[in-house]
Amino acid sequence: MRLAILDHGHGIRTKAMFILIRVFSGHPVVDAVKLALYRPSFYRAGGLTQEAMRGPSDWSVADRELMAAYVSKINETEFCVAAHTATASLAFNDGAKVSAALADLDSAPLTEALRATLRMLGKLTRENNIDAADIRRVLASGVSEHQIRDALAVAFAFNVTDRLADVFGFAVDDPAAINAGAKYLLARGYR
Amino acid sequence: MDARILSDITSLHNALVARVLEGEGWASSEIRRGAFANDGLAEPVRTFVDKVAHRAKTVTDADISTLRKAGLSEDEVYEIVVCAAIGQATRQYQNALAALSAATGRT
Repeated sequence: MRLAILDHGHGIRTKAMFILIRVFSGHPVVDAVKLALYRPSFYRAGGLTQEAMRGPSDWSVADRELMAAYVSKINETEFCVAAHTATASLAFNDGAKVSAALADLDSAPLTEALRATLRMLGKLTRENNIDAADIRRVLASGVSEHQIRDALAVAFAFNVTDRLADVFGFAVDDPAAINAGAKYLLARGYR
Repeated sequence: MDARILSDITSLHNALVARVLEGEGWASSEIRRGAFANDGLAEPVRTFVDKVAHRAKTVTDADISTLRKAGLSEDEVYEIVVCAAIGQATRQYQNALAALSAATGRT
């Protein structure tokens, strides 16, 4: 990472926990975890991300993980694309569907509701703006107003996280560590 | 009215913004607010914050070195980046919520 404090600046209890994570998981501590546990009184976005990704919603956990991967793909944030592609693939139990959605949204085997929502999140992420016509297209695909709010919460969380991952220079882990991380995110969430 | 419990990040979002702008930290309140707004900053922070907001993918080690040579500590850089990222994502989020209100006629 580009700031040494994010690798080595944690308190002694957190450093001890990192040792336990390394020993028991058999993988290095991922950079996202190091960031989340650095000065938690300052940033501490885990609660918001947890609510967006795992809170009550008419979107499934798998749908929201795919939204996270899709927003990260638009931002070209390699770390988050890898982590959330793996998590969405596990949650859908269908890696081909996730790969297809990220490769070509128009032809991927998704519901029209999810496709329209991903398209809207992609435009917002790329252009920073959407308008009422963009929203009406999503509503017309059968998505509720509250589902739109929920999807926008996911996009907010990942438009923050992607920027931090890119600027701080998160290392992309090896596939075994990425899959272990995906299992953890499904079992335990973001807190 | 729908009686189910539905998620809402509004209060969590407000608390997050208040924490990074007003909470304990090393960077001045002016710099943190400027980074969040991507506005009113002096160089070299101005160029860096705009990169975080709009081209985060292109940030390099040299960009961080420039800030450190200008006298900013790693913690100040950390706070500036967090404020800039949350600020840009907040502008997107609020723009989209305004579009949703315009489309539904509800606030």
